[in-house]
Amino acid sequence: MTKMTFAQAIESALTQAMEEDENVIILGEDVHTLRINLFARFGKERVKYTPISESGFVGAAVGAAMAGLRPIAEVMLVDFIAVTMDAILNHAAKIPFFSGNKWKVPLVIRTACGGGYGDAGQHEQSLWGWLAHIPGLKIVVPSNPADAGGLMLSSIYEDNPVIYFEHKLLADYWLENMAIGGRTTVSFDVPEQGAEGEVPDKWEPIPLGKLNHMKDGSDITLVSVGVGVHRSIEAANILEEKGISAEVLDLRCIAPLDSEGLKKSVEKTEALLVVDEDYKNFGLSGEICALLLENEISFKFGRVCTENTIPYAIKLENQALPNTKRIVDKTLEVLNK
Amino acid sequence: MNEIDIWKLYKMMLRSRLFENAVTKLWKEGLITGEMHLGIGEEAIVAGVVSQLEDGDAMAVTHRGTPQFIMRGVDPVSLLLEFFGHSEGLCKGQGGHMHLFSKEHLIAASGIVGASGPAATGFALALSYKKLNKIAVAFFGEGAVNQGMMMESMNLASVWNLPVLFVCCDNDWAVTTTTNNCTGGTILDRAKGFGIEGYSVNGTDVEAVWNVTNQAISKLRKNSGPQFIHATCTHMEAHLLGDLLLRNNQDPVMMAETAEPLKQYAGESLDEVLLLVRKIGAQTKKKGDPIVFTKKKLKDEEDRLKQIEEDVAKEIEELTSKALEIYKGGIKYD
Repeated sequence: MTKMTFAQAIESALTQAMEEDENVIILGEDVHTLRINLFARFGKERVKYTPISESGFVGAAVGAAMAGLRPIAEVMLVDFIAVTMDAILNHAAKIPFFSGNKWKVPLVIRTACGGGYGDAGQHEQSLWGWLAHIPGLKIVVPSNPADAGGLMLSSIYEDNPVIYFEHKLLADYWLENMAIGGRTTVSFDVPEQGAEGEVPDKWEPIPLGKLNHMKDGSDITLVSVGVGVHRSIEAANILEEKGISAEVLDLRCIAPLDSEGLKKSVEKTEALLVVDEDYKNFGLSGEICALLLENEISFKFGRVCTENTIPYAIKLENQALPNTKRIVDKTLEVLNK
Repeated sequence: MNEIDIWKLYKMMLRSRLFENAVTKLWKEGLITGEMHLGIGEEAIVAGVVSQLEDGDAMAVTHRGTPQFIMRGVDPVSLLLEFFGHSEGLCKGQGGHMHLFSKEHLIAASGIVGASGPAATGFALALSYKKLNKIAVAFFGEGAVNQGMMMESMNLASVWNLPVLFVCCDNDWAVTTTTNNCTGGTILDRAKGFGIEGYSVNGTDVEAVWNVTNQAISKLRKNSGPQFIHATCTHMEAHLLGDLLLRNNQDPVMMAETAEPLKQYAGESLDEVLLLVRKIGAQTKKKGDPIVFTKKKLKDEEDRLKQIEEDVAKEIEELTSKALEIYKGGIKYD
């Protein structure tokens, strides 16, 4: 086992996949600088920088995937995915189905997401629930380096389109590029366990749709993805001091959802709190609740989500995103404590 | 086809036409659901291009892509069954006529205007990355040139020097809008603006299309970067079967019933729509029919012409009966 940052882990898994299979290519804006190691190592034909032209190059990546490559198209921030939605919604997600499952689209869209560094609502969204709404897409949101690498590997070798989310508070270069800019005068609440950690010497794919037990507990299940997992663990530690035993689950994938893992935990705790950095309405939190109700499980329910457009002012932003205090308070409310 | 063969091109076009005539009949009988966009009127463009493709070349086509599938050699019975929504259709009944896919032939359709641009560009990226010396064709209508993704893919194909043949089938009408009201500048100038070499051609004349395509494709196979063909054509059925403007045009009673209650608002806006209804008849006239156009050139060899027509008609009749027989046998979905 070695230690890597979240970003190093992704790059290491990409290196392994690109060595294993020459059909794996990367294309996207600024990838010659953002992925400079891979660019230098694999050359400009495999790490191909594009104009700022997402509908064009993500659309082309769908075609390239159909014609035998395994492209990783980088849509810099998930907020910008809006301009390429046709390629995703009407093509990548639908072609396998429309073709009678005879033609696959092995495409990964890698995209940075999430807030917590004062960049406001057009650069800090999560949007995984919005994308998971579309049948045919797999949605991956890793929370730590070991998962980031293993899930990247399985995303690359998946035959259906995957959207792979990389949270900016976990990937140090994103934070440096977008928030720090060489200053020593700013700091952000980066979850240490997520930003750096142990990784295997050789990457093995982690199956998509299997959640991870982060902490065992008996009074309530806290479910989240990405940075929310670390906020939930922090909240669970505070709750423990108050005599409440909270189980913490990291979904790792939103589509497919690990329904068995969720059922097992909530059947035991009979209480559920979903912590979701994506929007509250019509999203992951409601979906998990519905899934459990459809399975005739009774449970107390609460959710801590982003409810509105993320504001710029850092104090307002901290309130808008699911923070540890909101999770603790909501848990106490759900459990009537 | 390395040398132009007008008889072979005529047969390709006729086969597609009679197939789509059969589709029209089946659609009218209610056996085909939803919209039906025909490639009738585009046959000369499609034949001129498809006849010069090799195995391993790819095509991205539109909602109007049946002729490309027929001419490329996809099983016509599997297409009819697909239109019936049958489990034995080309896409197991899950796609329908706007979403046809043949991985074997590397042809992908899309019902989204402009989507063939990025798809063909991506095909070409993969073919070029694998050093296969194959090309990708994007077919689209003139309405698609105003879509961002189409212009973005022209730019990408140009800066990446990809073997994409952009083929714009221009009938001057995008659903009910006309080019003079919708498209600034000229279409060929747009291609040139992206550094793409372009050709204009009468898309009713299959020989003319074949000749410009031959030039464009030989350049593509020599790694010239993308090429652009702007071909004019006529859609005899207007946008789709049962086109409302065309029905109004052809039926004075319906036209009066539509227009009469609106007369109280008579003004420029209403006049503009009424003018469209009058104009749409002109764009569907037979003078733009590529089959009629080519047949005239072949009229001296009456017997040979008759033989081809009989052979094709028989083939279409038989395959239609075969598809209907399978359809009537019932559908078993997975």
